[in-house]
Amino acid sequence: MREFDLVIVGGGPAGMAAAVAARTKGLENILILERDSELGGILNQCIHNGFGLHTFKEELTGPEYAERYAEQVEAMEIPVETDTMVLDISKDKTVTILSRKRGVEQIQAKAVILAMGCRERPRGALNIPGYRPQGVYTAGTAQKLVNCEGYVPGKEVVILGSGDIGLIMARRMTLEGAKVRAVVELMPYSSGLKRNIVQCLDDYGIPLMLSHTVVDIKGKEKLEGVTVAAVDSTNTPIEGSEEYFPCDTLLLSCGLIPENELSRSCGVDIDPRTNGPLVDEGLETSIDGVFACGNVLHVHDLVDFVSEESARAGESAVDYIRRGCTPDSTAAIKVIPQNGVRYTVPSQIHTADLLGDVHIRFRVTGVFKDCAIVIKAGDTELVRRKNRILVPSEMLDIIIKEEKLAAVTEDITVAIEEV
Amino acid sequence: MTKILTCINCPMGCELTVEVENGKVLSVSGNTCKRGELYAESEITAPTRTITTTVISEQGRPVPVKTAQPIPKDKIFECTAAIKALKVSLPVKVGQVLADDLLGTGSQVTATKSVG
Repeated sequence: MREFDLVIVGGGPAGMAAAVAARTKGLENILILERDSELGGILNQCIHNGFGLHTFKEELTGPEYAERYAEQVEAMEIPVETDTMVLDISKDKTVTILSRKRGVEQIQAKAVILAMGCRERPRGALNIPGYRPQGVYTAGTAQKLVNCEGYVPGKEVVILGSGDIGLIMARRMTLEGAKVRAVVELMPYSSGLKRNIVQCLDDYGIPLMLSHTVVDIKGKEKLEGVTVAAVDSTNTPIEGSEEYFPCDTLLLSCGLIPENELSRSCGVDIDPRTNGPLVDEGLETSIDGVFACGNVLHVHDLVDFVSEESARAGESAVDYIRRGCTPDSTAAIKVIPQNGVRYTVPSQIHTADLLGDVHIRFRVTGVFKDCAIVIKAGDTELVRRKNRILVPSEMLDIIIKEEKLAAVTEDITVAIEEV
Repeated sequence: MTKILTCINCPMGCELTVEVENGKVLSVSGNTCKRGELYAESEITAPTRTITTTVISEQGRPVPVKTAQPIPKDKIFECTAAIKALKVSLPVKVGQVLADDLLGTGSQVTATKSVG
């Protein structure tokens, strides 16, 4: 059986950043497993720009960002096995993999980093009534078809959901000659960035229909059109508000779900709020020596944050291997999301095993104006940061200094307070 | 003339009311910080965008490309059509210049991925 110190599942931005950080810390025996034929993950199809402002201080496209990391992986001679699917990870870190070259194989790791990313919520999870004709795609599938395969899936398009991928695809389909009739959003606000609403919709005169949804899909073999209706405050369609849009393509941009089948079968505890593993300050899951980072842990909006987080996971894994693969020495304190905070990553901190400052990443539950982020240990305030506006679509990242945390013995709370 | 813009600098997304005369900004209101004023000024006087799209190579595989500099917003469709018409043969390297001075905009077109 082949043996590795560190096996990284996934060669997207998370896996690559974790590998680079682990090698930079001096770890030799690393393997990256990637099911696609090349490194880069989802970045390969994200040909728009806006990536890398934090990491590289310049505005890059997705493939450019990916290639910068792939070049580092190559320069560091970190082994990568592409076209390789991971079938199973056991608690003792035996990893079962499948590839055309080697068939089914079991390899042994001392530590594993989960970096499988996320996938789109499919039609089946949305409860849209109507027929099931050809012409209904998730936005990311259409993005892959257009940008990587060179096929434009249709000429007249309606997009359901106004997340950033939906907005980006509205512009992309328009530039490819399609007519985007509308972007339909169930909520009274868009979950996409303002910049994308202006530059992907307003620039091209594409209407954004807030508090609307698709209530019927017409067409038996091929999509013929969709019926859109307004919804009330309980998201129930309002009778009489229906409007029919002829179209040959319906794109769904209705949220992303961390891809944790492997983590679950391995026995990793999952946080129901993020659908990702519960982790500590070193991004270690409930199973010793199994770490998680990037979109498999919680869905990010900026790849720069994925790279930063994943580098931390790589360093923690090296520390775990050097420690002799033993569990953390002390009990952990909890990090508890309170008023206005939906979740936190990490959910617990081993204050005696800190390896530097700790990032607390989280999302808020709604829009908060003129407020403060308050982090406390018992009654002691560790951090208070005023904000003019906080929105659920932007992940927040607060750093707590190592020296401040080291003395903490009580659980930590993260809350939003009105100012 | 009055123009309404949405500021893109932060999630506030302030609605900016801009008074314009002969292409010049007379006043900006609705912004809650200085950045809104600067954004309105550039959006009214010389709005620009970076185009990202693909060119189908002679071998059939798409090559993702971008304008290396932002181009005037009113030339987006013209420039996209000109980029689509480029002849590209694989292999290409990331950063490779595929066209100089796209339609007199002064912008190059570069590959954003190594393909082939």
